[in-house]
Amino acid sequence: MICGYAGKFLEVDLSTGNIKETKYSDSILKEYVGGRGLAAKILWDRLGSRWEQTDPLGPENLLLMLTGPLTGYFPGGRTCVSGKSPQSNGVIGSTLAGEFGVELRCAGYDGIIFTGRAAKPVFLFIKDSDVELRNAERVWGKDGKQTVALLTKECRGLLKERYPRYGEWKEPAILYIGPAGENKARTAVVGSKWTHAAGYGGYGGVMGSKLLKAVVAKGTGPLPEAADMERVKKLIDTVCSEVYENELWRRWGTASAGYDVGAKFSSEPVRNWQEEWHDEKGFGVDKFENRVWAKQYWGDFGCPTTCLKLALVKEGKFSGAATDNPDYEMQAYLGPNLGIFTPEDNVFLVSLIDDLGLCGIQTGNVMGFVAELFQRRILTKEDLGGIEPRWGDVEAFAALAKTIACRKGIGDVLAEGTYRAALKLGKMKKKDLLPFAVQSKGVSIGAHGVRSGKDYPEIISYACSVQCGDHTSTAGLPLEGGELETIFDDSAVYCNFNVFGMPRNIRFDFYAAVTGLKLTRKTWFREKALRILQLQRAMLLLGGPDVKWNPKVHDDNPPRFYEPLPSGPYKGKATDKTAVEEYKAKYYKAVGWDKNGIPTSATLRKLRLRDVDRVLQKLR
Amino acid sequence: MLAPGLEFPQLCAQCEDYPCVKACPANALTVSAETAAVHVNNEACIACGKCIEACPGRIPHMHPRDKHIVICDLCGGDPQCVKVCQEGSWNVLRTVPRREHSYKLYARKPEETSRDLAFKIYGQKGEDYL
Repeated sequence: MICGYAGKFLEVDLSTGNIKETKYSDSILKEYVGGRGLAAKILWDRLGSRWEQTDPLGPENLLLMLTGPLTGYFPGGRTCVSGKSPQSNGVIGSTLAGEFGVELRCAGYDGIIFTGRAAKPVFLFIKDSDVELRNAERVWGKDGKQTVALLTKECRGLLKERYPRYGEWKEPAILYIGPAGENKARTAVVGSKWTHAAGYGGYGGVMGSKLLKAVVAKGTGPLPEAADMERVKKLIDTVCSEVYENELWRRWGTASAGYDVGAKFSSEPVRNWQEEWHDEKGFGVDKFENRVWAKQYWGDFGCPTTCLKLALVKEGKFSGAATDNPDYEMQAYLGPNLGIFTPEDNVFLVSLIDDLGLCGIQTGNVMGFVAELFQRRILTKEDLGGIEPRWGDVEAFAALAKTIACRKGIGDVLAEGTYRAALKLGKMKKKDLLPFAVQSKGVSIGAHGVRSGKDYPEIISYACSVQCGDHTSTAGLPLEGGELETIFDDSAVYCNFNVFGMPRNIRFDFYAAVTGLKLTRKTWFREKALRILQLQRAMLLLGGPDVKWNPKVHDDNPPRFYEPLPSGPYKGKATDKTAVEEYKAKYYKAVGWDKNGIPTSATLRKLRLRDVDRVLQKLR
Repeated sequence: MLAPGLEFPQLCAQCEDYPCVKACPANALTVSAETAAVHVNNEACIACGKCIEACPGRIPHMHPRDKHIVICDLCGGDPQCVKVCQEGSWNVLRTVPRREHSYKLYARKPEETSRDLAFKIYGQKGEDYL
């Protein structure tokens, strides 16, 4: 067995209630590492032959919660959630922070594979090798904060009762869904600790479709043994001392960007991306720091950055609302994108979105889309069940978010995400609404624009990414700096914020120290990462059953990115369509795709993916 | 942490009357003359858990595999948790010289500390989060 792995996975059949252990061979773990890479492999092996018929929200889909060999060792552990995505209908490796991955590995498992659908709401309780499905009817319908409180109490009680002589139990780690996930919203997240979320992909909806409310894990063992612990300790010290130098993120997290990215780079969504510039100093990080932060440093186990800040609304009608920083994406999408420019309103909305179990990016995007249609009088108050989403009206947006989480009235359409909502509303209004939808292949785009060229300089960042709108996994050349590097972070499963500005080989050195396997840059970028990329690309292109992507049409920026910026220092700048086409052609060539964007036979055969080649034949 | 945002370290406070040491039926616990920390003799420990019950904060815990009690030994007088906390400039943990005030005040059950912290941070609403 390779060092750094617990060596076994839990497989839980929710339909029958059967729980068993599954193993993957050393060669599979060597090739696909874990997390996102392994998720692509598992999904392809189990669903590849009937991918197009697999309904992401049906019992036939899989839900994966995976760790990687570096989870718990590399400072800042995460957990990767995956499955067939109800947003892109491909595979997205969506990671979230918190202690869950570490607890799971200490309990002796590298991951969990859920199949089927439970007959009534359940949650999975893991204490080392004692694993059981428990009734979750008591917590079904509860919001994020209530779910965490109830399950922490119930599970600590269970632990105390079963192990009376252990002493006090530190709280177990919990992954859960809120009401949005229960109602199978495609914009729902798998959440943790109130504020963490695996958002991209929409796996909260998948979890809800399986009637799985939560997974609770407590491990009392050590982490799986590392090959060279002395070296691992030295590398941890290197990472920590580098991180301690990063005053910007330690002090503010990404929260300084809510002002900076708009004012300096002109790449922040403002009123559904009609603008990308604002100079609202009332939204500056100093205002967040002084007015809403109740805790300067807040972090998860082992993280030297501690970029979370506990934010609280202290007075006024939203008093009591609590969340983290909010970080940049939440600031932007539930702030300027909705015309909201005060920290208190932003914190209130983020706290509500957390509680409902919605994704701030996907929901902020779809609410911005609706508000623009309302601004343009395409949608009326009557269409929206009496809600009037005017820019900056935080209570109207709160009401809208609630309808989305409950799939009530118009919320039922909006819970489908921006792309599907644009198609449905377009049919209703007999008008092409896609020009107002800022998304890529079903996934709303992260809050970093490409028009100004100052923030995300690659104009194909989203257009060619296998994770579509995901701002953490963007395409670009040279391949060494783009998506292929992120694939490593998401597959070894740790926080990519703790590798920023580090010596460029540190991730591979860490991998070698933990697993005892040498991994060269060449092997990763020319072979292993490409193999994972091709698998993700193949499943994305197969798509189905409700949507299918044509690279000629859909490997593109949203139409809005071709409109000139109307304001700010980069006024007039727009993405050039010809340049995008040229860049795309170059990128396709570099990753081994034909001119139609489909991985070529030669590429797939070279990467020993013959079965993928055979299935893709029908698309060529 | 019984609710997010309410993290705190739950560590031995070296009460001056050492109820854990008094409660041990196997004489497995001794007090270090040098550091005032409680030392555990792993071989003598019978894993009865009486020290947990005796501790006002229920702070000792059982080693999950080796079945002996675990109590902070202050790393022989140079606590490493304090060191990393200072290195990262969080400045939450510090060593304090032993003075006249009672240390018993700091040995508290997690539920008690959580309730107070919840009120301090979240106000009235804090109760709902526990």
